[in-house]
Parts: sequence; structure tokens; C-alpha cells
Amino acid sequence: MPQQVTRLIVLFAAGVVAILAARRYLVPPTFGEIGHYRAAAVDSIVARKKKYAGHQECALCHDRIAETRLSGHHRGVACEVCHGPAAAHVATPLDVKPTAPRERGLCPLCHAYNPSRPTGFPQIDSVAHNPLIPCIGCHDPHQPEPPIVPEECSACHGQISRQKAVSRHVRLPCTTCHATPEEHKTLPRRARPEKPTERAFCGACHAEDAPSPSSIPRIDLQTHGEQYLCWDCHYPHYPEAR
Amino acid sequence: MAGDDELRGAGPTPGTDDAVNRREFLEEVMKACGLAAPVLLGVVSSHTTPVLRSPTLHSHPFADLRFATVRVPPGTAQERQAEAYDAGAHLYAMGIDVSKCIGCARCVEACKAENDVPREADCFNTWVERYVIRTDGTVEVDSPEGGLAGFSPVEERGIRRTFFVPKLCNHCENPPCVQVCPVGATFTTRDGVVLVDEDYCIGCRYCIQACPYGARWFHPEKRVAAKCTFCYHRVVQGLVPACVEVCPTGARVFGEVERPTPLARFVRMNEVQVLKPHLNTKPKVYYASLDGEVR
Repeated sequence: MPQQVTRLIVLFAAGVVAILAARRYLVPPTFGEIGHYRAAAVDSIVARKKKYAGHQECALCHDRIAETRLSGHHRGVACEVCHGPAAAHVATPLDVKPTAPRERGLCPLCHAYNPSRPTGFPQIDSVAHNPLIPCIGCHDPHQPEPPIVPEECSACHGQISRQKAVSRHVRLPCTTCHATPEEHKTLPRRARPEKPTERAFCGACHAEDAPSPSSIPRIDLQTHGEQYLCWDCHYPHYPEAR
Repeated sequence: MAGDDELRGAGPTPGTDDAVNRREFLEEVMKACGLAAPVLLGVVSSHTTPVLRSPTLHSHPFADLRFATVRVPPGTAQERQAEAYDAGAHLYAMGIDVSKCIGCARCVEACKAENDVPREADCFNTWVERYVIRTDGTVEVDSPEGGLAGFSPVEERGIRRTFFVPKLCNHCENPPCVQVCPVGATFTTRDGVVLVDEDYCIGCRYCIQACPYGARWFHPEKRVAAKCTFCYHRVVQGLVPACVEVCPTGARVFGEVERPTPLARFVRMNEVQVLKPHLNTKPKVYYASLDGEVR
């Protein structure tokens, strides 16, 4: 064999050995076992500890609450949404206790009014809706019901009732002017309360010859306000005329 | 060529020991390479076992239903865990129903807790965006702290449409982030999940640049790229990702398209879309009721 060929073969062989040695040194173990990555990386990711146990785990012990939850509107809300990650509690039930939030702050995360929320999702104005009362005082979070039949109009018509509370009409119950069918409490849009339609309705108290206490301001129904209805000028929930 | 002829004529005859012409030299080299090839190939093949999954399976979520006949694991997580996990038998994906999202950001909170995501700006595996589309056509998008900070009230007059869109890594079938990684530290597992090898990542951030969905972020303490793992550590145990577990309205659905899972129903019952389909990344996060304005 010619000398230069021998030299080249030696050179090539040295190169191949160098590349193989470099590969052996540089390519990490398990690289390429499955694909172009370290197979051991998958194992280390799989070995991570879970923090959320899953609602099936909770039901193994808290079976009655789980049953209650499944019968109500929160059937799709997993336990750990409100109670926080509970894998540690599952591992050592007596040492680690999950949180049980009771303050007003948590429920509005989902139920505060936001125009971007889907239509029909139950929402409240958390400022006006029974302020300072904890949500769980009225609603069982494991089986929330739509509001129990409201006892007062103010439960829904808060703005009007607060306005009326500082007006001269404060002593008048809403039903003085709004005859309200009982079904309005459960089907507010289908059974609507009545509203006065004519001047004579206000005249029942405010006409000159009305059989009412003398302290009530009087007007002449025939001449006062011409063709307008009373509530075109006076807001009945806050009548400004003295 | 004249020069060649002169050389050949003047020099010794071809094939003798002390001189070779160009052709013979090349032949020798080829032979040498031919001898070396099996050695080299052997070394290489010991490192790269051929990928078991057929490439056509990835081509379209509904194209190849062969895996529908593969062994279906029994119902409970415990039973499934007992058997050895076979990544090749799964292909995970997620469904998101935009019309069900209430923007409560419980998914963001759960993800931060489950995956030890730092509570810093820009560190989000998943986040919730609010879209407000005005009657004049302007689109406002915001996501204060990924949705964790709550969505402040907006001017309600002049809104045409408004909704929340949860976002996360799309676990693309053609992931640009995997393509650009210079060291092979990010990869697609055989069950279709795109993961990052934290111990091997050099923190060059090419993948963060390459992701068209902004789903990757830089871990400020570990100094490596980080991203959604589909909660791979949970999924291999038969559990759903933490965000799916806590979603109170069922806006997130996890499973496999090609096997009887809730996701199979999701893609059957909804008209699903993916984000930025024109990029041909083939995402595996399917959106239902997705507005055309969502990018």
C-alpha cells in the first residue's frame, strides 16, 4: 500500500475514533433511546409529586358530602376548587387539613357579575347583594340553591328600596303601589307586579279632597301638571316635591 | 486531458504499489468507508431506536382509527396505574369550550400550585384572556396576572361580544419549539405531549421565541425554558390535568380523540377549531365556540 494511503487511513481512523469518543463523552446517557431526547427526562417528569388528589379520592372518605354535591348545582365543581390542593391531606389525613373558606371573598370569584361571563350563569353584584353576610350563611356550598323565595322586595330591587328608605315614601310598603302576584317571587319575569297607570292613583292620597292625613301635600288634580302623568315629573320612590 | 496522459505515460503502470491514480484512490476510500459504515451505523442505531408510532397517525386526529381498537384501560385510576404505562397507546389532547368559561382563573391557580410555577409576571403555563369586541370593531384583550388578579369592570355600553378564552400550550403535532431546540432538550413524547428536559436545557430561549402561541416562559430560578406539561405526572396515573380537575363549569375537557374519552365526545358534539391553523403547527388543544377574533 502506498505510503500516503496508509497515512490517510490512519488519519481517517483517528478521526472516526475521535468522533466516537466525543459522542460517548458528550451525548448524555439514555439520549436517543426513544427519540431525539433523554429518555430519563420523561421519568423525572413522571416522578413529580401531584398536589391535587382529584375529587374521586375525596369521595372515598367524605362520601356523604360527595353525594350531596352530586345532587346539586355544584355537581361539576370539584372539591379542590374551593378547598385547595389536597393530595397532602390524602396522604396524611390527620396532619394536613385542607382549607375551608368561609369568607365572602371566594364565591364572587365565580359568581360576581361580569359582562364577559356566559349569559345565564348565576351572578350577583357582590357589593349590593346582602353586604357583609357570609355567602354560606344563606347558601350551602355543597348544594347551592337558587335564592330561597325572597321575603322582601329589597332582595332583588335593592337600589329602589335604598332610595325609598331615605324618601318621604319610606313608610309605604311597595305593595301600596305595586300589586304583586305571589308567583313574582319565583318567576319574576313571567308574573310581573302592577304599576299605576293614571293620575287618579296618586290622587287617592294627594288630591285636595282625598281622605288622607292632612300632613300630606295636596294638589288640584284638574290643573296641576296639565297633561302629564305624576311620575313624568316626580320619581315615586324619591318624591322630591316638599 | 493532455496532462493526465503525460502523467500516465511517464509514470508507472496503474495498480502497482508505489503509485495510484485518482480513480483507484477513490475506490480505496470508498472501500474503507464501506468497511467503516456498519460500525458507524451500529453505533448510531444503538442510540436511535426507530420510533414505534406510525407517522400517519399524527396526520389528522380522525384519520387513523387503528388505535381505537387498542386495549382500553379499565375504569379506575388505581387499576390503570397497576399496569405498566404504555405511552405508545395514547395520544392526549384537550378541549376548551369558550362559551362555558366564566373567567374565574381557578385553572391558573391550580396550575401554579400543581406545577410549582413561580408567582411572577410572565410565568404562566395556562392563563385566561378576556376579549371585549366593541361595536366599532375594536378588540380589547386583557389578562391581568393571567386572570388571577380578576377582571376589572369595563364600559358596558358599546360591547358587541365579550368572552373569556383560556390558553395554554397547544402541544402541537408539528411543534416549532421542538424544531428549534439546539440540544434536544424539548421533545414530543410518544403520547403526544411536548415536554422540556430541565436538566438538559441550556436556557437559550430559542423555543420561547419560536412558539407562536406565547405558551413558553423562562423559569427565573432554574434558568431554563418552562411550559405546560399537560400535567404529565398526573396523566400517566390516569388522572386529568389540574386545570381540568378544578374547572368548575367543565369548560376544559381532557382525554384522547381516538379513544372513548370525554374528549372524543367533545370533538364529536362540538364544531372545534384550533388556534392559528394557518401555521400548520397542528395543535392538540381544540376550541369550541371560538370567536374569529381570537388569535
